[in-house]
Amino acid sequence: MSAKPNAVPAAGSLSWIRPRPGHWIRPLAFMAPALVGFAVFFAYPLGALLYYSFTRYDLLNTPVWVGLRNYAFLLTQDPLARKAAYNTVWLVVVITVLRLIFATGVAAVLARIRNGAGLFRTLIYLPALAPPVAATLVFTFLFNPGTGPVNTVLGWVGVKGPLWFSDPAWAKPALTLLTLWVSGELIIILLAGMLDVPAELYEAAGLDGAGSIRRFWHITLPSIAPVLFFGVINSIILGLQYFTQAVVAASVASGSADIAGSQRVIGYPDNSTLTFPVWLYQQGFHYYNMGYASAMSIALFVVSTVFTVFFVYRLRRGSHGEEAA
Amino acid sequence: MRRIGVATACLALALAAGACGGVETGSSGTAQAPAANEKVSLSVWSKFSGRELGLLQKALDGFHGKHPNITVDNRGGQDDDKVAQAIRGGNPPDVAISFSTDNIGQFCSSGAWQDLKPYITRDKLDLNQIPAATRTYTEFKGTRCAMPLLADVYGLYYNKAMFAKAGITAPPKTMSELFEYAKKLTVFNPDGSIKVAGFVPTIGFYSNHVQMWAANWGVQWKGQDGKSALGTDPQWQAMLEWAKKFTDFYGKDKLAKFTAGLGQEYSPDQAFEKGQIAMAMDGEYRTAFITAEAPDLDYATAPFPVADNKPDLYGGGYTTGTIIGIPKGAKNAGAAWELVKYMSTDTGALQGLAQGLKNVPSTVPSLQDPTLQQDEHFKTFLDIFANPNLSTNPASSNGGAYLKTAEDFATSYQSGGVPDLKAGLAKTAAQIDADAQLGG
Repeated sequence: MSAKPNAVPAAGSLSWIRPRPGHWIRPLAFMAPALVGFAVFFAYPLGALLYYSFTRYDLLNTPVWVGLRNYAFLLTQDPLARKAAYNTVWLVVVITVLRLIFATGVAAVLARIRNGAGLFRTLIYLPALAPPVAATLVFTFLFNPGTGPVNTVLGWVGVKGPLWFSDPAWAKPALTLLTLWVSGELIIILLAGMLDVPAELYEAAGLDGAGSIRRFWHITLPSIAPVLFFGVINSIILGLQYFTQAVVAASVASGSADIAGSQRVIGYPDNSTLTFPVWLYQQGFHYYNMGYASAMSIALFVVSTVFTVFFVYRLRRGSHGEEAA
Repeated sequence: MRRIGVATACLALALAAGACGGVETGSSGTAQAPAANEKVSLSVWSKFSGRELGLLQKALDGFHGKHPNITVDNRGGQDDDKVAQAIRGGNPPDVAISFSTDNIGQFCSSGAWQDLKPYITRDKLDLNQIPAATRTYTEFKGTRCAMPLLADVYGLYYNKAMFAKAGITAPPKTMSELFEYAKKLTVFNPDGSIKVAGFVPTIGFYSNHVQMWAANWGVQWKGQDGKSALGTDPQWQAMLEWAKKFTDFYGKDKLAKFTAGLGQEYSPDQAFEKGQIAMAMDGEYRTAFITAEAPDLDYATAPFPVADNKPDLYGGGYTTGTIIGIPKGAKNAGAAWELVKYMSTDTGALQGLAQGLKNVPSTVPSLQDPTLQQDEHFKTFLDIFANPNLSTNPASSNGGAYLKTAEDFATSYQSGGVPDLKAGLAKTAAQIDADAQLGG
């Protein structure tokens, strides 16, 4: 039995690509799960959030329309929102830069290790497996200025350790160190990218007399640029959503670890660990200002979108530039 | 395609309508208690767990004994957030128990917890059996949406052995005495760091919260116009200046390093229990912790010292506590009220719970419990609770927002971050009023 070959339209005729009636049903059916998911879990919540942001809403009673009042309050009357925004921007910038440098550096070292590579990779990745609450608890005890081993060791070498999580000036750097400690995922991704760089490129560069630093700068980094870009976006989002570690560290450092998230201790010390998402949550679920919290969420969403669009645009421009070259 | 568009628009409208709708406010009437032969099951949600949940079960068993037709499903580990979610979802418990009074303003003003006044009037319940301060933290602007279920009362804990060593024979009664005694009781290490603190004045540390101190300083939270009194009541300034002076005695950084090295508040390493602090403000529940975790500690309790210019306040103190109410949408409100009434006013039930949980029973008759009265450490708190100078902080419709604002400012001033105290207090008061407008 032979299959009848499909009829091929005459050359020059475009009738075969003309849409048939009902042509959209099949693709729509295939797309339906994604479309429903998008509508239910993104479009609707976003629409509802936008609506609530223009209301006074206590989570229980019917929202009351207040126009732009929540946005005006956010911009002019809430000093803690400004403080929280500053803390979040600080964390976004510092975490993104240091995380990229740290992860790239560690991955570069891991890529060169020949003996016991598996062991070192496992050890580096291990902290990333710890749940954020547990990791933060451990870290705050390690960095306890009175009894923690970090300051004890610093004392042995004549360095007077700071108060870390108990000092407003050091709390965010301490959180940054914690974030670097659990950067295993990014390190592994970067390591995979580095191991994927063709060896002949290094060999050719070596024949041309390039040293290890120049090879890293001119071959490794350009080759893993897409992975680095992913790391940047990932780190920015991590910083913008910084929540659990900030809340737990504040609770433990204040001496009230049993009531993590208590409104008395969030931001401890002196609101230096109060991030925008933490303040947003506090307003919505503890102060019952869900309308205001929605306005804060919209602001956060807009900022996140601007960051992402900016970096995607930069990447596309960069890749187009490379192609043109 | 047009039909799809119409359907999508309808769906969007339906979703938007859902977004716009909230839970309707309940009626203000009363539901009748079930007849004796009518079987009813009540769900009770609280944050109790483990041993404490078992103690609550015993009290609920007592209720079941009196109302055999009402069975109770006792669920622990449920905090205010979960109760609020259940109310929003239209499937709340019949009775809710909250550990915090911070949200009472919201519970009452939003109708999340039902107004109990009609029930109280109907059953001619005498509220005078509850101290005035406790009545205050269970209602908001005339709406009584909760009843007290045990109270926490704050006083002074002091280490008797350290007092004897320092030649101090009686607990301090004024803030100046507290400061002077603390100086005598403090021990520094050779390197200048603190070994034993006479008293830790850091606001935010353990029970050192502004609302707790405020009771003993006699400060006003609100003026007669209903606005924040932080900028107008001179007691605020006096309290914070005292705290700053105290901090400066130790040195801010030394104190921060010392407190950072102390154990967590509710762990066996708690500093007073470990003998690292000679005097501390704490609740009556600490007596149970000490019995369990530091039985050899030689200590005593007393009312917390008061402001030098308010000696009449001595004997009183700060109180807050656990509250119980009926959420909006409760399916068996009539039976739920019977349970709320029993748990909040039955002397036997309150005394049984108080003995187990080591909390203060929240009615005046239940204070006369011989078992609790025999414990000299605990008796102090029973006396404070019965004192007319017992006080609490006012409820607000935006939870504890104003407490955080006040405490943030106090902390900032204490650590030297505020050059002009008076102006700072006025600004903080304005912020509290602005925050209240946001929610109101």
